[in-house]
Amino acid sequence: MADSGAASAPKPSSSVKLVLLGEAAVGKSSLVMRFVNNDFQENKEPTIGAAFLTQKCNLPTRTIKFEIWDTAGQERFASLAPMYYRNAQAALVVYDITKASSLQKAQHWVAELQRQASPGIVIALVGNKFDLASANPASDASTGGDDADGTATAEEEEDVDGESDARKVPTKTAKAYADEEALLFFETSAKTGLNVAEVFTAIANAIPETSLKGPRGVGGQTNLGRQEDSARVNLTGANAQGPKEGCAC
Amino acid sequence: MNRLSKPEDLASLGSASTLQTEATPQSGDSIGKKDFATENSIGNENGASTATSVEEQPSREGTPPPLPPRPKNLQLLDGRPQTSGSLKVSRPSLQSKATTQLSFADTQSYSDESRDTISTDAGKLKSFTHLGKDRIGSDADDSISIKSFAPTIDIGGDAESLLGEVLGDQEKDVIKVLGKQFDGMSGLSISDVLFSEDAQFSQAFEHEFDEIEDMAADGSNEEAIVTQWRSKLKHFLILSSAGKPIYSRHGDDQLITNYTGVVQTLISFYQGMSDVLKSFTAGDVRFVVMSKGPLNLVAITKLVESDAQLRSQLDALYMQILSTLTLPSMERMFANRANYDLRRPLQGTKTLLSALADGFTRGSPSTLLTALECLKLRKSHRQVVNNTLLKTRSENLLYGLIVAGGKLVSVVRPKKHSLHPGDLHLIFNMLFEAGSVKAGGGENWIPLCLPGFNNTGFLYMYVSFLNLDSPTEQVEERPASSHGAKDEVAILLISANKEGFFELREMRDDLVEQLQKNGSIELIRTAVKKGRMSCTDIVPGSPLRHFLYKSRGNVQFTMPSFEPHFTSDLDRRRLLNLYHNLHSNIHTRPTHPKVHHATSTTNISLAWMTPLFELYCVAPITTSRTALAQAANKIIQWVRREEERVFIIGGAVF
Ligand SMILES: Nc1nc2c(ncn2[C@@H]2O[C@H](COP(=O)(O)OP(=O)(O)O)[C@@H](O)[C@H]2O)c(=O)[nH]1
Ligand SMILES: [Mg+2]
Repeated sequence: MADSGAASAPKPSSSVKLVLLGEAAVGKSSLVMRFVNNDFQENKEPTIGAAFLTQKCNLPTRTIKFEIWDTAGQERFASLAPMYYRNAQAALVVYDITKASSLQKAQHWVAELQRQASPGIVIALVGNKFDLASANPASDASTGGDDADGTATAEEEEDVDGESDARKVPTKTAKAYADEEALLFFETSAKTGLNVAEVFTAIANAIPETSLKGPRGVGGQTNLGRQEDSARVNLTGANAQGPKEGCAC
Repeated sequence: MNRLSKPEDLASLGSASTLQTEATPQSGDSIGKKDFATENSIGNENGASTATSVEEQPSREGTPPPLPPRPKNLQLLDGRPQTSGSLKVSRPSLQSKATTQLSFADTQSYSDESRDTISTDAGKLKSFTHLGKDRIGSDADDSISIKSFAPTIDIGGDAESLLGEVLGDQEKDVIKVLGKQFDGMSGLSISDVLFSEDAQFSQAFEHEFDEIEDMAADGSNEEAIVTQWRSKLKHFLILSSAGKPIYSRHGDDQLITNYTGVVQTLISFYQGMSDVLKSFTAGDVRFVVMSKGPLNLVAITKLVESDAQLRSQLDALYMQILSTLTLPSMERMFANRANYDLRRPLQGTKTLLSALADGFTRGSPSTLLTALECLKLRKSHRQVVNNTLLKTRSENLLYGLIVAGGKLVSVVRPKKHSLHPGDLHLIFNMLFEAGSVKAGGGENWIPLCLPGFNNTGFLYMYVSFLNLDSPTEQVEERPASSHGAKDEVAILLISANKEGFFELREMRDDLVEQLQKNGSIELIRTAVKKGRMSCTDIVPGSPLRHFLYKSRGNVQFTMPSFEPHFTSDLDRRRLLNLYHNLHSNIHTRPTHPKVHHATSTTNISLAWMTPLFELYCVAPITTSRTALAQAANKIIQWVRREEERVFIIGGAVF
């Protein structure tokens, strides 16, 4: 997969399994496409089943290789979800800020993850389609990703009753919920790219060192033979808290 | 692109009804007499179909020829407990049957039958019988027995007597008469024009795939919308038996309510009389209705298509729904609530249904013939690919396929399980027609039910598109939904194990590495780039403009390139219209051997069906029947020579 900035000095490298969950059509695949290919497609056709993608993310001190499961989100696939989040170290739970019911669905996913996923899982709540909230200047979107303890920050201007824009979920509401559940929180736009890299960087930074066991991560599928990045882990000062730096995407 | 649908069976499907509002197509009848009067339909080529003529020869063996193996195919249609009468007892599930043939279930029934019947015939077909037996129990390398496969060898002679003598004065008369009409066509040389112009059809076809406008809030554009809706050449509607809309190719719910209401009323009217409404004509529009348990599927067409062909299209849509839900789970949904809204569980699959529907409307040889096309490769080259598949096969693999630009390169499968052409059609449609999988990049893990294999449960399909220029890299991004992206190569690995993704992914890596090492990737790339041969590459000087050759035993077909004569979608649709007519005629003909000629003002065409193959071909009207027959023979000879390149025979079996 794209290996953009990984050329120079070999940094310790570890892989992180990440799963995207959320109602159909909130923009999960679009977020991944923005992250992996830096591209966006209007009227994207719905995902069928699940897609598996990888993308590297360069932090100052190490390289994180995300192994991403982009799930379809349709109800009929719900029973397959555990297969995708079971070994995940991170989850991106996405809703659409223009659709209130999608936040509820996101909350269900969060609850399910907290019950069933591995205990250390880092969860980010992501409100997508920020571009449709016309009344919100982009710069006011959340700024998260600045720490690694699992709670993102976002000090956005509240826009509780955005005038005629399409926003249905106030930032405040979602943020309050995220804080309560100790989730990272971002509002993003896959369309403009706003905050997309930031979400992934924040996740990379938030993964506890102890779970960075190597290219396969923890509890990985051991039957995956060859791995190109043979750099066996070593958590050399893998201090996740370096300065914020965008992923290599 | 390849599209397949369930094994076709025109006659039996047609006769299964208890009521038909149309006359069953008569064998030997000319197209012009069919009651959906192509005369009236805009799809009609040239209005000259009445010139169709029919010639037949009695079977040369002097014994009654074997019946065509049609009825047996029906059992493949599967999963249709409610289908009436003549079917083999329908079964709750469509378990894949053991097959010893190439790979597709209906070959089995076919060869069974040929053993029973053909073997009593003298000489000629014996070796075919022999073939059937040979194949049974033979493994991967069936090719040797295929070689000795006599039928094609005999065909030369066969054909001569079939066709050669038929051509006489009568035909020259026809041409003379037709020639007159040509005098009026200025500018173009006669042989350049294969189809006469039909502005109305061209216009309609051009806008066929345009989206219908959204209804304005005040309903002000309603009239325009209805006009747009009505001008579509083809509609598909799927309703629940309670009348709830499930799918419509064109128009939103609001728009189609009236229509669904009418259709529903008609269907229930007949049901009320314990009758089944199968089809009817209103003006120049043909309606075909198919009831499948809790669903009613309706095809509405102004194109040249027979009822049987439309039914096979509806069947493919039905299979797509089963593929999403499985039969038992769909039945459960309706058992709990007759009024159930099936759109919910089908969420996200509209694109799949529409891709199928549009394929039918555009016209596809693969769908028409219920067969698939293979990438032309040397036998030894394909053997290497097959062996690589076998060598890298992982434990839980059920089926493995390599597909290049919609053409099959190689298949690996268990000896006991065949691959149903209808299932392959669904897979090809999903991967190459609908943008969903293609557009995403990365690898995919797709639960799907293959109703031809087993309509009660899910299988899991690993999909990876190769970048042919650096095959070990995943394709990062492919152009979205460009239908028919020619050179895409996909590796499909199917397993019953839902946790099998990483296992199959490893197999894929292995497979690609090996294929690259042994040069197969390069060979595939070259073959893909080369594309199909033109008629004149195949037979220098051939008057043929196009042909379809279906190997019935292999359930595969081959054809020349559409270029240079059929470059636009419209040209192809017209060509397909012609093939549809030929196909429908030849399939409703009860006698053997089956040969059917058709002549229009602009072209002369031929359909020829034997137990082994179907051939359809077309040439400009300036071609004599003799020349056409000779050209057809040459094609048969070519296929015989190239058989193991253009078809996958045997495949990799474990
Ligand atoms: N305006 C806008 N549209 C978006 C955004 N992200 C996705 N979409 C659109 O929303 C639809 C659903 O996106 P998709 O990524 O398929 O959603 P998924 O089902 O969650 O994977 C598509 O038509 C996208 O083009 C966004 O940030 N802004
Ligand atoms: Mg998606």
